[in-house]
Amino acid sequence: MERLRRNPELQAWLLLAAPVIFLLIFFMAPLLIVFIYSFLERGKYGGVEWVFTLENIRRVFDPLYFRTFLRSFNIAIITTLITLILGYPLAYFIANSPPHRRSALLFALMIPFWTNFLIRTYAWLTLLRTHTGLINVSLMNWGIIEKPLPLFGNDFAIILGLVYGWLPVMVLPIYAALERLDKSLLEAARDLYASNFHAFRRVTWPLSIPGVVAGSMLVFIPSLGAFVTPAILGGGKSLMIGNIISNQFLGAHDWPFGSALSMVMMIAMLIATVIYFRWTVKSEALA
Amino acid sequence: MTTQTETTEFSYHPRWEQFKSKLGGWSLTTYGILAFAFLYLPIIILVIFSFNESRSVSKWTGFSLHWYSEMFQDDRIMLSVWNSLFLAVVSTAIATVLGTLAALGLERYQFRGKTAIDSMFYLPVIIPDIAMAIMLLLFFNMSGIGFTPWKVQFFGVKLAVPYSVIIGHVAFNTSFVAIVVRARLAQMDRTLEEAAQDLYADTWRTFQRITLPMLMPGIIGGALLAFTLSLDDFVITFFTSGAGFNTLPVRVFGMIKKGVTPKINAVSTLMLAVSLSLVIISILLRTRSGDDETVQMGF
Repeated sequence: MERLRRNPELQAWLLLAAPVIFLLIFFMAPLLIVFIYSFLERGKYGGVEWVFTLENIRRVFDPLYFRTFLRSFNIAIITTLITLILGYPLAYFIANSPPHRRSALLFALMIPFWTNFLIRTYAWLTLLRTHTGLINVSLMNWGIIEKPLPLFGNDFAIILGLVYGWLPVMVLPIYAALERLDKSLLEAARDLYASNFHAFRRVTWPLSIPGVVAGSMLVFIPSLGAFVTPAILGGGKSLMIGNIISNQFLGAHDWPFGSALSMVMMIAMLIATVIYFRWTVKSEALA
Repeated sequence: MTTQTETTEFSYHPRWEQFKSKLGGWSLTTYGILAFAFLYLPIIILVIFSFNESRSVSKWTGFSLHWYSEMFQDDRIMLSVWNSLFLAVVSTAIATVLGTLAALGLERYQFRGKTAIDSMFYLPVIIPDIAMAIMLLLFFNMSGIGFTPWKVQFFGVKLAVPYSVIIGHVAFNTSFVAIVVRARLAQMDRTLEEAAQDLYADTWRTFQRITLPMLMPGIIGGALLAFTLSLDDFVITFFTSGAGFNTLPVRVFGMIKKGVTPKINAVSTLMLAVSLSLVIISILLRTRSGDDETVQMGF
């Protein structure tokens, strides 16, 4: 007991033992298994043969699958850009509202976010479906269009679903950055006859970049790994890498290839994150 | 004094500048309204059509509670509701204990290898759920533990919940709880703890009498976040459950795949009501403890 009191490192490990052991077994070990499986041959009935091969990694770069990879990247980047363009002014609007209204607006922003993602995606399904979706049905009833618009089962539907799903996640960190912003800096800029635009460009924007970076990552990563949105709004035709991965486990029973796909996906995310951080740090330094 | 500075501030603005900034304010407000409409309209339409009389979710034919009574009579949906609740309660309880321990260890102590442990706790938060799901699926398959169900009576309902799903939920929830509790710990004023120690309270007593009560809002916030995430999770449950086990989101996914009816809208409305009440609870707790909003939301 005396030793425990004197030794903070021992105290720390006593506190950390249970959660660390739990995560080592149920998170790090599974991660390691996926890594190892990527280099094994597939077994006959699911499962694996313990034979080393690079075939799975090579197949990831086969045009058949790599095209889906690139498309998923594209969709994730476009989604991130659109949520940023839509989210920044929304965060600015909330941060510049009177304080008593601010918490109500944040509350209003959080409700859709806390609503089940699957349900929010389903909501768009009922709106977008080609022949029976509310938008096409209404537009045709009002005689605005004659043929239904191609709103469903394509990249447009997936991007819309993703933007809708992740918009609040983009807004929150930007809001947090804008809210912390020292208002006296803006006053100083105004005193020096900076126009609104200039004050924004030279003061507000650079100081909000940490929020923009955090928001972008929080949107980009789940968008690249999206599974539910393309499964529901892609209409079975428009797929993303998440669906190809899941197919290897649910249908094709090619576990090593599914493992290789998710390994490459995670590494791609890591690289994208590092590049993005480098790039924003540089532009922050320039601004 | 304040009016003085305001008048001077505006006096050197030319009229045009004033008009421009007003216009900017209006367009920002208009934009804000439109953005919130975008966020809310799909959900509102979803709720409206849960009360539709016919099978359609896009043509209104009249008000009816038909789909709600269908929902409550559907045994498989009701069972999945109980599964979801049980899973959320159990995984939240475990994750809250583990996450709080982790937060205390990581926020209050310096030790070798801390950076590595730190990153390990962030990984489950940033990793895409599909990757985490297949990782766990392979792990449970290989280790042979997990898919066996825990047979249990929960509010008089017989449930069989696979251990794999519970473990999966704890695995992602622990990190979220740890982040929320850590944020609270970092903000906490330490003078009271120091005072207690000056009065010769030992480490345990200080923790029990000072740290824990002050930390409570963070722990409850983390638990609420975990509970919500567990109720919401579809992907990890779907992949780690093996055949035949449904939570409500898994059931809904199956229903969507089969065809769209207002019954799904009714189930969605029920889930919406649950998340709404959880948000309200957390807001009430937050206003009581006077916390920073962003901390409680898990950022």
